[in-house]
Amino acid sequence: MAAEGQEPEVLFWVGCAGSFDERAQKITRAVCSILQHVGISYAVLGTEESCTGDPAKRAGNEFLFQMMAITNIEVLNAYNIKKIVTACPHCFNTLKNEYPNLGGNYDVIHHSQLLQQLIDEGKLKVTGGESFKGKKITFHDPCYLGRANGVYEAPRSVFEILDAELVEMKRCKTNGLCCGAGGAQMFKEPEKGNKDINIERVEEALELKPSVIAAACPFCMTMLRDGVKHFEKEAEVEVLDIAELAARANDL
Amino acid sequence: MIGQILFVLIAGAAIGLFSKNVKKIRRNIRLGKPLDRSDNPAERWKTMAMVALGQSKMTARPVAGFLHILIYLGFVIINLEVMEIVIDGVFGTHRIFSFLGGFYNVLIGSFEFLALGVLLACIIFLIRRNVLKLKRFSGIEMTEWPRSDANYILIAEILLMIAFLTMSAADYKLQGMGIGHYIKAGAFPVSSFIADTLPHNEAALVYTERFCWWFHIVGIFIFLNYIPYSKHFHILLAFPNTWYSNLKNKGEFNNMSSVTNEVKAMLDPSFTPPADAPAGKFGAKDVTDLNWVNLMNAYTCTECGRCTSSCPANITGKLLSPRKIMMDTRDRLEEVGRNIDTHGPDYSDGKALLGDYITNEELWACTTCNACTQACPVNIDPLAIIVELRRYLVMEESNAPASVNNMFSNVENNQAPWKYAPADRFNWAKND
Ligand code: SF4
Ligand code: SF4
Repeated sequence: MAAEGQEPEVLFWVGCAGSFDERAQKITRAVCSILQHVGISYAVLGTEESCTGDPAKRAGNEFLFQMMAITNIEVLNAYNIKKIVTACPHCFNTLKNEYPNLGGNYDVIHHSQLLQQLIDEGKLKVTGGESFKGKKITFHDPCYLGRANGVYEAPRSVFEILDAELVEMKRCKTNGLCCGAGGAQMFKEPEKGNKDINIERVEEALELKPSVIAAACPFCMTMLRDGVKHFEKEAEVEVLDIAELAARANDL
Repeated sequence: MIGQILFVLIAGAAIGLFSKNVKKIRRNIRLGKPLDRSDNPAERWKTMAMVALGQSKMTARPVAGFLHILIYLGFVIINLEVMEIVIDGVFGTHRIFSFLGGFYNVLIGSFEFLALGVLLACIIFLIRRNVLKLKRFSGIEMTEWPRSDANYILIAEILLMIAFLTMSAADYKLQGMGIGHYIKAGAFPVSSFIADTLPHNEAALVYTERFCWWFHIVGIFIFLNYIPYSKHFHILLAFPNTWYSNLKNKGEFNNMSSVTNEVKAMLDPSFTPPADAPAGKFGAKDVTDLNWVNLMNAYTCTECGRCTSSCPANITGKLLSPRKIMMDTRDRLEEVGRNIDTHGPDYSDGKALLGDYITNEELWACTTCNACTQACPVNIDPLAIIVELRRYLVMEESNAPASVNNMFSNVENNQAPWKYAPADRFNWAKND
C-alpha cells in the first residue's frame, strides 16, 4: 500500500499512535475500512512516515520539530502529495498549520471532516451493522481539533447518522476540558496535584451515564480508557473513536 | 475664579502625570522583541469591535458578563457628563449643555439610571469577591495587593457614583427652590428619590452640591492616575490588545526562523542563512526575550481568572495558573522598568522571569490545550509565554524532565515518541 508510482486520491497519515499503539491501530484499521468501503483510493507512507514532530514542538524542542518536519516534507513532496487525511488531531494541526511555512503545502483534513464530507455526500450511511439507535453517546472534544482548529461539528455529524442520543458534557466544544495528554504530557508523569486530568474528565463523562464515550484522537483514547478503568466502568461504558463507530455501524 | 484656576491646575497635573505613566508603560512594552501583527487590518478591526467594544467574550459567564457590560456602558456614557463637568470647571459655568433642552433631560435622565446600575453592579461585585468568595478570585497569585486593587476600584466607583447622584439630588432640590444659577435643567429620575434626605436649606444644599461636584471630578482625576498602577489599565489596553491579537488557528505555534536556518544548514551543508537572520538565544528567559505583544498582554490582564478557572492543570490542583503567568510577566516587567529608571538601561539585577518568578514545575504542567486563550475576555495568550519559556528550558538549558528527554531521543532515533523500531511502523496492517 505504500505509495508506489500511481497517485492516490488521498494520503492517509497514520501517525505514531496509529502505527504503534495497539488500541490506536484499531482506529487506523477502521479508517482504512471506511476508505475502502466508500471507494476512495488512498496510500500510506508506511515505514517512510516519521513523527510529525508535534510532541517535540509542544515541549519546546523546536530543533527536533523542524528536523522532523523538513524530513517529512521532503518525503511528501517527493511523492507529490496534495491531500492528506489523518486520524490524529495533533498530526492534523501540525501538518495543516505548521508545515506550510517550512515548504509543505497540502490540503490537510482530519478524519472527522472526511466522515462529515462522506455523510453530506450520502456516501456514508448506516447499513447492516451494529445499531447505535437511541444509545447515549457523549463526545470528548480533542483540544487540537476543537479549540486549536475550530472543528466542532464534523465529529458530531457521525452521531446523527447513527441516530444516537448525543448527550453533551457541560464542558464541551469551546469549553471542552483537555484529557490531559496534550503538550507532551502523554510522555511524562503529571506534575504534583490533587487529581489526574483524565480522571476529572471521565468523572464528568460518567455523570451522564453514557454507553459510549466517543473520541477522535488516539491520545484522548488512551486517557479516557485509563479513566474508565480507574472507575471500573469498562463493562458499562465503551470508549470508541468516531471512525470505529461508523465502521461498526456498517459492519466493516 | 479661584475655583476655575484650581480646577485647571488639578486637571493639568492629573493629565500630565497620567501621560508620564502611560509613556513609561509604553517604553516597557517596547522592551519586547519586535513582532509584526499589522496583517489583515479588516479582520483586526472586526476583532476589536467584537471583543473589546462589543464585550463578546464577557458573556460566556452570563452574570459577570451582564454586570460588567453595565459598568462598561456606564463608564463610557457617563464620560459625556464628565465632559460637561470639565467645561463647567474651566469656564465657571453651570450645566453648559442645558441649552439642548429636552434632549439634555433625556441624557441626564439616562446617566442617572446608568449611575444606579453601575452602583448596584459594583456592590454585587464586591459581595462576590468578599462575601461569597468566588473561587475564581483566589489562588496563589491573588495576594494582598491584587485583592485590594480589585476592591479599591469597586469602592472608588461606588463613591464616584454616590457623589454624582448626591450632586444631582442637591441640584434638583435647588432647582425646585429656584435659587441663583440653578436653572431648571435635566431630569432626575433616580436622584430625586434621595433629594428628601438632604437638608431643606439653601446654604447646606449649595455646599453639598459643590462638595460632591468637586469630589466627583477630583475623584476621577485621582482614579485616572491610579489606573496605570492597576489591573484597571485594561480599560485602555483592551482595545489595542484585541486589535493585535493572534488571528491564526490557536493550535499553530510559530516556526522559529532562527532554528530553520540552523536545521537547514545541518541537513544541507551548502545552505547559507540569509544575512538578516535573527541571532541570539532560543526561547525566553526574561521579559525582554518575549515579544512586545506578550508584554502588552501582561499589562492588559484584568486578573479575572477566567483562564485559570478553565485550565485543566489548575483545576486538578497543579501549581500552574495562566493568570499567574501574566501577573508574573507584568511584575517582572515593572521591575525591569524601575531598574532602567534608577540604574540606566544596561543594568542587570541578576534576576529573570524564569526561575525568580515562574518555576519549571508550572511550565511543565501545561497541556497546551488553549482553554486559557479561549476563556480570556481580552484575547490574552498565556500559552505563548509558557511555550517561549519552555523553549529556553529545552534548547538553552537542556533542562526538561527525564521522561520528556526520553521522548526527544525516541523521536530523533526511532522517528516516534516511543521506543519502537521504525521498521515496525507498518505492522498495524499485518496483525489484524
Ligand atoms: S494551555 Fe496550558 S495554561 Fe492554558 S489552560 Fe491549557 S494547560 Fe492551562
Ligand atoms: S489572562 Fe485574561 S482570562 Fe486570564 S486573568 Fe488575565 S484577563 Fe482574565
